[in-house]
Amino acid sequence: MRKTIIAMSFTTLALGAAPHVVAEPSQADIDRGKELAFSRKDGNCLACHKMDDGKLTGTIGPELVDMKTRYPDREMLFKRIWDETKFNPVTVMPPFGKHMIMSKDEINRVIDYLYTL
Amino acid sequence: MLKAKVILVALGAALAVPAAMAGSTPEEDRKEAVEYFKQMFPDVPYEEYVNGQYALDEDRRSQWESLQDFPPYEFAVAEGKEMFETPFANGKTYASCFENDGIGVRQNYPYFDEKNNEVITLELAINRCREANGEQPLKYKKGNIASISAYMASTSQGKKFNIKVQDSAEAQAAYQAGKEFYYSRRGQLNFSCASCHVQNPGNWIRADLLSPALGQPSNFPVHRSKWGELGTLHRRFAGCNRNVRAEPLPAQSTEYRNLEFFLTYMSNGLPVVGPSTRP
Ligand code: HEC
Ligand code: HEC
Repeated sequence: MRKTIIAMSFTTLALGAAPHVVAEPSQADIDRGKELAFSRKDGNCLACHKMDDGKLTGTIGPELVDMKTRYPDREMLFKRIWDETKFNPVTVMPPFGKHMIMSKDEINRVIDYLYTL
Repeated sequence: MLKAKVILVALGAALAVPAAMAGSTPEEDRKEAVEYFKQMFPDVPYEEYVNGQYALDEDRRSQWESLQDFPPYEFAVAEGKEMFETPFANGKTYASCFENDGIGVRQNYPYFDEKNNEVITLELAINRCREANGEQPLKYKKGNIASISAYMASTSQGKKFNIKVQDSAEAQAAYQAGKEFYYSRRGQLNFSCASCHVQNPGNWIRADLLSPALGQPSNFPVHRSKWGELGTLHRRFAGCNRNVRAEPLPAQSTEYRNLEFFLTYMSNGLPVVGPSTRP
């Protein structure tokens, strides 16, 4: 366990994946983001988070609401989805960016959508 | 509620590890696990852990109980009994390979064989018995081996798991390897077994209710509605590995046998209730 954590902090520090600054997202961006967040093979956020009109949602993570108020800093939100283990080593939330579950662009679409919640 | 607390504590102290099974001997691990789950589920009686998710949710529990009148594995158990009692080509039977003729012994498996320094699971012992008597080994995840193992479990119902980890370096190492496997993150989705079954039992992951580590092997082999048939514990291990997009290991690989050794030791003192049913 300790070994894993040490290894983790080295590898994650090296990843400075910054989101690009985006203009107002289009409705298509937002729709794509929702699709990615809900789909089982991409974000599958509903496995753990209650959000929006998602059905059969899990109870492992907190409800995703008021995202704009709670995450005024888009980059912070991006970093947590990219690799939550950097913020909480024992989290069970998958490191979506670091493990290439979603690309940078895809995570940005998810964020476009999250900001509508 | 306690789950939320665990998460908060973890966020506060970045290096916090779930407290369960952090002991320095197998028996300390086991006691800590019992204590950990007692705190997580103060209302769940210890013996209930053999019922997995059903120990944690009354709705699911009563639905499940209403289906127990005609267990879907009954036929397989009867077939298993018949195979168990049918002599091999050389005239001997499975009984010749097992202590007490193989009746009422499930609770002693897996055990660590100090001659060959390896963990022997019940399914492995069944196949070794076949091979020693000139028969072909069976496939490990389902079918005949699950039926025979289910029959053997059924003769052991109510007997308490009594797994021993000897003092030898090799036995201890096998146990430790199993424990490490349980706690190691793997797969693209980056989960350890403990992420789900130590940190999150009682939580829903999508529409599935997560069971606690304690008692997990007691009900095997299990008839899952998803499978439509009986499957062995290693079939379940492989499924749980695949769900996190990790490459599953072969059934009865050294890694899975060590994992079973650790996990079943955690259930010492709980009764055998297999075969049972799960979603
Ligand atoms: C397997 C479980 C799981 C999955 C899948 C998951 N999360 Fe999480 N998430 C968590 C948990 C648990 C937390 C609580 C914080 C922690 O554990 O570090 C969390 C926290 C968060 C947070 C910060 C908490 C807050 O509300 O302030 C955000 C944002 C988030 N998740 C977004 C997502 C998005 C977006 C997805 C899908 C692309 C996702 N999560 C998928 C488990 C998950
Ligand atoms: C992403 C979540 C997740 C991970 C990681 C996971 N499991 Fe599971 N596991 C489940 C779910 C969901 C079920 C079905 C509900 C239940 O019984 O817990 C399950 C069921 C089981 C069962 C059957 C329990 C019963 O009562 O019949 C066993 C045994 C098991 N898992 C062992 C493991 C082992 C060993 C690992 C690691 C190799 C592991 N699991 C990793 C989600 C997970």
